[in-house]
Order: sequence, then structure tokens, then C-alpha cells
Amino acid sequence: MEVTTYTNVETFVTHLPEVTAVGVWIKAIIILAVISAIAGFGTYIERKVLAFMQRRLGPMHVGPYGLLQLVADGIKLFTKEDIVPQNANRLIFMLAPIITAATAFIALAAVPVFPDFTIPEWIPVIGGTFVPSIAADLNVGILFVLGMMAAGLYGPLLAGMAQANKWGIIGAARTAIQFLSYEVVTGLSILAPIMLVGSLSFVDFNNAQAGGISHWLIWQQPVAFVLFLIAGFAETNRTPFDLLEHEAEVVSGYATEYSGMRWGMFFIGEYANMITISIIAAVVFLGGYSEGGLGWLTIILKVGFFFFLMLWVRAAWPHVRPDQLMWLCWKVLMPIAVINVVITGIVMMV
Amino acid sequence: MYEVIAFYLFSALTIGLFLITVMSKNVLYAMTSLAAGMVLISGFFFILGADFLGVVQLIVYVGAVMALYSFAMMFFDATRDIKEKNTPAPLIFLLGGLSALVLVLIFAGPIHSEAIQALYPMHEGVGNAQDVGIVLFTKYLVPFEVAAVMLLVAMIAGIILAGKKMDQSLTKDTTVDAEDEILTQKDAK
Repeated sequence: MEVTTYTNVETFVTHLPEVTAVGVWIKAIIILAVISAIAGFGTYIERKVLAFMQRRLGPMHVGPYGLLQLVADGIKLFTKEDIVPQNANRLIFMLAPIITAATAFIALAAVPVFPDFTIPEWIPVIGGTFVPSIAADLNVGILFVLGMMAAGLYGPLLAGMAQANKWGIIGAARTAIQFLSYEVVTGLSILAPIMLVGSLSFVDFNNAQAGGISHWLIWQQPVAFVLFLIAGFAETNRTPFDLLEHEAEVVSGYATEYSGMRWGMFFIGEYANMITISIIAAVVFLGGYSEGGLGWLTIILKVGFFFFLMLWVRAAWPHVRPDQLMWLCWKVLMPIAVINVVITGIVMMV
Repeated sequence: MYEVIAFYLFSALTIGLFLITVMSKNVLYAMTSLAAGMVLISGFFFILGADFLGVVQLIVYVGAVMALYSFAMMFFDATRDIKEKNTPAPLIFLLGGLSALVLVLIFAGPIHSEAIQALYPMHEGVGNAQDVGIVLFTKYLVPFEVAAVMLLVAMIAGIILAGKKMDQSLTKDTTVDAEDEILTQKDAK
């Protein structure tokens, strides 16, 4: 297998306009507004997709095809009473959902979201500002995003421990288990593509696969792709691995005592994390946004596909038990990931 | 300008959070402030331009403190204060204070000297991770490998300590056969 190392990737970035602080601010506001909206809309899509897969209709009554259901849900969440249970640790209880939502959006700061553009000159004050594609273009972007998403699990953990509820404690314990299980697999699975590209920056990953579908890293690293997807499901606690709040076993796990917008913030965080994982998978393995002229469309399609895949899996697969998750991560996925890294290294050396 | 503001903000927050870690009687407050302080320390690395070290600090300590939480969960009731047994021990106080003083002097000493030079300066146009990697695998290869071997020893010891009953399922009661149990229940009736 011929493996190319990519060294002259900076040439692509150099002729872009300078990124100013105002541009980054605007980008941050755009990410916050649009991703929150998509996260809300995601709940509607999830219910519809699940409904169609189970041969029912899903939300139909509010608005055409139930489109306004998310507005109704939003009103409900915002106007619900904000309860802090007796004996709970008040401060930590109120802080926990904010950690989940905030870290999810901080992680989004380092991934490419939407194409870059320049605001037209005729708009007052901010006219002519260049808005970058990545709010904070770190050269260690991948590690930063994964670290921030890992920090996001402190939300469920603290929520479960602070609420003086046994289901909550079980949810928190499961959070710790899940984190200690998948984290190794995520890191090791994404290590092999990092070795091939020789960089931790999303821009370099995108440029390394710029030559069309045959240059996508998924063809060189199919094993790493599958492992990363499985670990990504555990990271966003989507269905085969949604142990933290599995209703049939632990009522609602870490979210048992939460109500109203604090409960809603957990879900905004979860959906934002789903989008982040989809973007990482699309940029690292599926060629990113590099198709000439239509890159913005293809990345949206790729992210949409991964989002749909998560809903599809939820409709098709049962839950696993915590011990099964640990068995899967430590005894199956981690050895495969290590072997994959070793083989990649040998192939690169030869 | 931004860097100065960020530096003093991070400093004040880090010191405050670690004070809570030491002073608080509530295990939840102590652990949470420890985790938050560790995350904020990575901010200093980012200010210094050491992105890679900052991210490593973030990932390593988020995971490490998460493991500490799980121990706290097993041993303490997280929503109540813990009654600490504090017996006054002048010797421990003295030794602790002295070692803290020595540490402060060690790290504060170089600030006053003008002759600080980077032994392994950053290369222009090369990423942070590459620079760290080159120094780690050339100059500091032996300490790096020794650390790796020590971690391996710790891992094997952990597996041996925990692995005695690993081939048994935790969720299935293997002492009683399912059919036998039904029979004994019938007999009891």
C-alpha cells in the first residue's frame, strides 16, 4: 500500500484573508445560534425518523407535519418550574447542565463549521469582516475537541452525584465507567489516521484528502473508521451505549431529578456533541469539505448522513449492559485498535 | 493585553479553586474544584503558545480526576459534609510548609535571572506536537521509556489484583443453576 506523507499543506491556507477578533466573535455567535437551533430541530428529526422506522407517524398535531413541535417543546421547557430537590448539593446541581452544554459548544470552536465568508461592505459596523470556517484554528484541533468532549462528561457525573437520588448515583457511576471504557478506543482509533497525515489540525486533514473520493482516508483506514464510530456512539451516549439514562433500568439515570431548561441543556449538549462527532468523522475519514466549489454542500450531506446513522442505529439496536460495554471496549476494540496502529506504523516504515 | 487579563484571571481562579480543594469538607466541592483547576491550568499552556501541552493537560487530568471521582463515589456520601479527624501535628505542618517553600523557590528562581534560554527552542513552521516529540524521542528517550515501563508494571499489577475472578460473570449467579433454583423453590412450597 502506497502511503503518502503530506508536508506542503500550508500553501492552501496562506492566501486567505486575515482572521480578526471581530470575525471570531461573529463566528462564535453564529455557531451558538445555529447549532442550538439545529440541536432543537434534531429532536424533531429524531422523533420523526424513529417513528417512520417503527411504522407510525410521530409528532403530527402542532403545525404542518408536526414541524412546530419543537417550538411547543421549547415553550414547555422554558416555562417549567426549575426544581432543586431537597438534600441535593444546590450549587453543583445547578452547575452540571451548564458544563454539558458549554463544553459541547467549546468543542465546536475548533472544528470547521460552515464555509468561511466575508460580510458584504454595505452592512454598517461589521462590513468587510472575514468570518473564518474554524473559530479557533488550533494546530492540535483534534486532541482539543476530543478533550473538551471528554470534559463534557463531567455534566452527567456531577449531576448524578449532586442530586441525592440513588438512580442519579447509578447514572454517575455508569458515566465514569463509560468514560474510562471508550476514551482509550477513541484515542487509539484516531491515532492511525493522524500518523498517516502527520498532523493534528483539521485543515491538514481536509487538504490531505483533497483529491476526490479515492483519496479519502476511509479506504486506507477502514478499521479505524469503524472503531471511531463505535467509540463516538459511546462518547455521545447514543443508543447501543446510552447506559447513563437508560429508562428501563435506572429511571432516567443522571437526569432523574432535573426539570425544565436544566434538563433541556443536557440534551442541547448531547445533540451538539452528535454534530461534533459527525463533523470529526466527516473531516477525518470522509474527505471533509474539500470538493471544489461544492465543499460546503458535501460536508453538510456527510454530517447529515452520520446524524441519520445515529438515529437509525437507535431504532435498530438494543441497549448493552455496562459490563458488556467494558468487555467490548477493553477486550475487543482496544486490541484491534492497537494492532491497527502497529500495522499502520509498519506499512508507513516499509 | 488579552494575555495579561487572561493570565491574571486564570491565576486567581486556579488558586481559588485549589484552595477550595484543600479546605472544603464536602467531597463533591473538593473534587469539582480540583477538576476545574486542572482544566484552567491548561489555559496557561495555551497562553504560552504550547497548545499541545495544554491539550495533553486537559485530556490527562480530565480522565485522572474522573477516576478519582469514582473512588469518592464508593467511599463517601457526596451530598453531606465529611467529619475530618484533624489532630495537630507540628512536624507534618513544618515539613509540609518547608517543602512548599522550596517548591516556590525552585520555580520562582528562574524568573529573576535574565539568562533564561530555551535549551530546545521551537522551530519555525513546525507544529508544537512535532517539537515535543523530537525532544522526547532523542534527548529524553531514556526517562520516557522508563516511565513507559513503570506504567506497564502498574497496569500488569492492577490486572493481577483485579483479575482473579475475571472469568466469572458479575451479573450471573454461577453458584446456583437456574433449573435447580426453580426446583428448590418448588420444594420449599
